[in-house]
Amino acid sequence: MSQTLTIALTKGRILDETLPLLAAADIRPLEDMEKSRKLVFETTQPNVRFLLLRGADVPTYVQFGAADMGISGKDTLMENGADGLYEPLDLNIARCKLMTAGVKGQTTPPGRIRVATKYVNIAKQYYAAQGRQIDVIKLYGAMELAPIMNLADEIVDIVDTGNTLRANGLEPREFIADISSRLIVNKASMKMKHVQIQAIIDCVAGAIQSAE
Amino acid sequence: MTYADRWLLPDGVEEILPAEAKAIDALRRRLLDLYSTWGYDMVIPPLLEYTDSLLIGLGRDVDLLTFKVTDQLSGRTLGLRADITPQTARMDAHSFHRSGANRLCYAGHVVHTRPKNPLATRTPIQAGLEFYGESGIAADIEVVSLLLESLSIAGLTHQHIDLGHVGIYRAIAASAGLSKEQEETFFELLQRKATTEIRAWVAANINDIETANLFLALPGLAGDKSVLQKAKALFSGLTAAQHAVEQLMQVAEIIERRYPTAELYFDLGELRGYHYLTGLVFAAFAPGYGNPIASGGRYDHIGEVFGRARPATGFAVDITAISKLGLLPRKSLNAIAVIESTDPLQWRAVSELRQQGERVVNVSATSDLSELGCDRHLILRDGHYQVLAI
Repeated sequence: MSQTLTIALTKGRILDETLPLLAAADIRPLEDMEKSRKLVFETTQPNVRFLLLRGADVPTYVQFGAADMGISGKDTLMENGADGLYEPLDLNIARCKLMTAGVKGQTTPPGRIRVATKYVNIAKQYYAAQGRQIDVIKLYGAMELAPIMNLADEIVDIVDTGNTLRANGLEPREFIADISSRLIVNKASMKMKHVQIQAIIDCVAGAIQSAE
Repeated sequence: MTYADRWLLPDGVEEILPAEAKAIDALRRRLLDLYSTWGYDMVIPPLLEYTDSLLIGLGRDVDLLTFKVTDQLSGRTLGLRADITPQTARMDAHSFHRSGANRLCYAGHVVHTRPKNPLATRTPIQAGLEFYGESGIAADIEVVSLLLESLSIAGLTHQHIDLGHVGIYRAIAASAGLSKEQEETFFELLQRKATTEIRAWVAANINDIETANLFLALPGLAGDKSVLQKAKALFSGLTAAQHAVEQLMQVAEIIERRYPTAELYFDLGELRGYHYLTGLVFAAFAPGYGNPIASGGRYDHIGEVFGRARPATGFAVDITAISKLGLLPRKSLNAIAVIESTDPLQWRAVSELRQQGERVVNVSATSDLSELGCDRHLILRDGHYQVLAI
């Protein structure tokens, strides 16, 4: 089997934790991915290449079949939907929680509230399941500012230690979901390159287990 | 509205230009001719009909995909077809009665309110067939064979076929006594093979360890023929699931023998069309396209709402997706240019050429002959009209 296999990865901290897992499947980049300005990287296996993308773009590449596999945060998958994808592995890295938060000591006002978030779809679904109607305000960063400046009553965001929240006088409130990085696979690729892909999945799964 | 906006088509709505249109139409004809040689009669269902008949039994997905308008004549809701299968089921049940087998085929546009997948157009052209009245495995084998024949006509030298059976999950869900809602939730997780969520769900919902193991095994039951043996052993306590696995084995054995170039992949957790399919389910994939290019399966109960539940199986091929693979031959037509005169002898010469199947184009002295695809011209020389190279 010598079909080309393309794996989409994300820059930054997640990459540092992902590469050792892929090394367990004997796939290593031929050069330092963090230092290079390139976006496509050859690997030690001639028929496998890596792409370096923004996190939110990984599911798109895999959904369209431009990449066969990828590493993506569960938050991105929940927000953008995961049609046409398999999520066969939880890599157990970049663990955090998706939560609601608000100004410490304040109670949420009754009725319709304003929620600032970059996770528009997740926020809508979560509050709907709670029986609350909300107005979503889409922001791209620094969510903590929104409640302080009275732009929103609550925010929906990723919470790791909660330090950023506390430093800005906010408190975490309701838990929405556990987030971690997932290995995702295009459905058509899984069917057409099954032997190759399953071998990688098995090796990575082994590496995750021995890390636990 | 600016000038630029005026010619734009809506997102995902496609027009097809001459070279591709010719290739697509040639494929459409060859597929219909193929189906005819196996005894399938062509039908032309209407583009739109009452949603009451169009949206039967296919579940919420098709409902959302269907454009709807109010019929000014009756006040009822009409739907633009998003799928041709329910139309042929209605035709089989009501429009003409055949007591035994009824083989129907079709080709045409369907219209979707939104793209079915990220790569899809909202106006795909489909060709497909449906086989009513035979519940036996022979009908399934006939239909899968025809799918493979269709793929080789489409220029695919290696045919990747994905086979599954909805009876397996149905049997496991029934034995575990799942509620409708539980069945739906697990179905959702299974389609994504989301192992973490599957483990959490099974731990929270299934008490019996043996049953839990069956649920946990489902997403992994995918791969080559060996998964069928594994599954058969695993489902030893579930007659219905075992029967389904045996059916898959029978189909695989014959298809492998008939089509040695086909690559069969089995996925027992793959449940495309779970809401209306009742047996074998299958799809075809092609390198370079991230979604199925054809899919189908057995759907025995769909005719029930028309008062005639008939065994049924069939598939549809996405011709638009296939044309995007770039495998279809694009032959340019070589035409003969003629500058028309009033000479009746010229008219006779031109008519004769056209009757022979030649493409003869009227041109003027200033026409761009290469743009018109002309490589020869008809001219009067030595008192005869002759076709000469340009």
